[in-house]
Amino acid sequence: MYTLLTGPVFYIALGVCIIGMIVRFYQYFNGLSWQLDRVAYKEYPAMGFRGAVRSIYKWLIPYGTYGWRAQPVMAAAFFGFHLGAVLLPLFLIGHNVFLKEKLGFSLFFNLSTPVADYLTWIAVISLFFLILRRLVLPEVRILTDRKDWGILLISMAPFITGMLARYQVGDYSFWLTAHILTGEIVLFAIPFTKLSHVFLFFASRAQLGMDFGIKRGGLKGNKMAW
Amino acid sequence: MPEGTLCNKKPVDTAEGITTLLADQSGKTYYEEMKSLEIDSDLLWKTIQNTCKTRIRTWLEICAHCGMCADSCFLYLANDRDPKQVPAYKIQSTLGEIIKRKGKVDNKFMLHAMEVAWAQCTCCNRCGTYCPHGIDTGIMFGYLRGLLYQQGFVPWEMKIGAGMHRVYNAQMDITSEDYIDTFEWMVEEYEEDYPGLTVPVDVEDADIMYTVNAREAKHYPEDLAEAAILYHIAGESWTVPSKGWELTSLAMFAGDWAACKMQVESVYDAMERLRPKRMIGTECGHAHRATVVEGPYWAGRKSGRPPVESIHYIEWLAEALRTGKLKIDPAKRIKEPVTLQDSCNYVRNHGLRETAREIISYIVEPGYFIEMSPNKEHNFCCGGGGGFNGIGYFRKQRNVGLKVKRDQILATGAKLVISPCHNCWDAIRDLEEVFEIGIKWSFLKPLIIKMLIIPEHLRPEEE
Repeated sequence: MYTLLTGPVFYIALGVCIIGMIVRFYQYFNGLSWQLDRVAYKEYPAMGFRGAVRSIYKWLIPYGTYGWRAQPVMAAAFFGFHLGAVLLPLFLIGHNVFLKEKLGFSLFFNLSTPVADYLTWIAVISLFFLILRRLVLPEVRILTDRKDWGILLISMAPFITGMLARYQVGDYSFWLTAHILTGEIVLFAIPFTKLSHVFLFFASRAQLGMDFGIKRGGLKGNKMAW
Repeated sequence: MPEGTLCNKKPVDTAEGITTLLADQSGKTYYEEMKSLEIDSDLLWKTIQNTCKTRIRTWLEICAHCGMCADSCFLYLANDRDPKQVPAYKIQSTLGEIIKRKGKVDNKFMLHAMEVAWAQCTCCNRCGTYCPHGIDTGIMFGYLRGLLYQQGFVPWEMKIGAGMHRVYNAQMDITSEDYIDTFEWMVEEYEEDYPGLTVPVDVEDADIMYTVNAREAKHYPEDLAEAAILYHIAGESWTVPSKGWELTSLAMFAGDWAACKMQVESVYDAMERLRPKRMIGTECGHAHRATVVEGPYWAGRKSGRPPVESIHYIEWLAEALRTGKLKIDPAKRIKEPVTLQDSCNYVRNHGLRETAREIISYIVEPGYFIEMSPNKEHNFCCGGGGGFNGIGYFRKQRNVGLKVKRDQILATGAKLVISPCHNCWDAIRDLEEVFEIGIKWSFLKPLIIKMLIIPEHLRPEEE
């Protein structure tokens, strides 16, 4: 099982994720239409680029937009989770060692163990808060469907199994295998579910940034953050 | 009965058709007929396949159901935080469902969708700026309105309004002759006070081509005179086109895209015919959005811009005050608590967030201007945008929606609300009527005229 998961299944999962997202990215931008969207994308490339970059950048900064500041607790949970969800899979030392072994390269730097531990705990606590929020707030509950719970489960599993392996609760090799499996499920799920937002977030934000930058006021030079 | 005689899928494009619809008081028969209007599911699904591309589909797909848009919506707040008013819910349960069911929806569903599209969203686009994914629900509601219009599920007044544009190139039954007569008559009324005051009609190569809201010609003709007076005193070279003078677009509110195109093309034709340096539109929000921001796309203009530079009235006013073309008598500045209503359509959706404030710095005694909270691009809709003000069928819902603006105004303690937008102006007038909070409301033109310093050579001769 372990050999299978770290061998062919890993390559397939990674391939599906990367190729799937390249296809989706291509489809997204190919499907933009200046006349249907009513945005002259190609006429004002510089303004569009500025708008897109500003829109992405501002929303990536904790409390960088009015929207984040309006809901400080949600913003804390959001960034608490996403910080871990982005940094840990990419830069955890164990992941980098694994990558080096499988693909022959590793990514930029390794997170030190205490930092990785903190990030994991923050992510898990944030996730529990996000779940609580989904259960308690009527405005979130009405939107929540089974798929949302599925996504939460899929995203949570690698954290929980990873932690159990890290602290060697019970059978280490079982949790490690479970961790690899759940991680690969995430990779498989990314192009086909709401998890596509991992990449499509940038596409969608870029589009709105271009919309405002080119058409809805960007030319008035007031540096609004959308 | 699949198609009603009044309520059907056909746009109204004759004067008789409009008269017949208008004769049906408050659309009583119209709405009765709507209850048995059939849905052309094939057409609906085909239209979606042809026009609903990756932008909207991705928005619907990646919505994380996080609910962060809830608090951004004034209708959610005004309706005691009813979860059914969360923007994401409103769009997922209407447009989202139609797409999920591939257009196979029934009459009841469409009646509900119509209520959500016109009475639960004013297309103010505020939620779009509060979504981490950049999902602009207002845009999707605009799109949904188009689908509903095509199927005949559109509020009575909106159907009539769109028809007016098709027949008269104006939102009301005003012909070019009526319009010019009214303008000339109003100018005559004021000639004595402002010697030499004229309305230059169809002058070629002027600096300014001025366009208006048909309501001004029909209900507030003084507004036309005020515009003439301000251009006169500022010494501007200006003109009004006898055709293509209407800036507004009820067709946009209705989702009648073909009528939107006809309407803006009439204005662009005037621009091309008269070759002005700039087009300036009156103090209206949606009209600016329709003709200046969205219009070029309806007309198929790849540049995304109208044929000549087109600015909002407040941009011209700010410029005239800044350059000294118009001078304010400091003694006559406003000396009572005053606040400003930011129009969604040209502030959030066209970036003019400081312009009205610059004007205020000239016309309000320092210390008397109080900002609403929130303001500028984060300001709430007046409560009557997107056609909401005009729909009798949803009047109750509209009045509830006014509560947020009422509370915002009350919190400022202002006695006067400056409102350089027809829709906002109407909503604020109505909220005073409904809630009686003791405020006045005004466009900028009449306020400024009262405090102008009139150059010696333009004053009437002393007796």
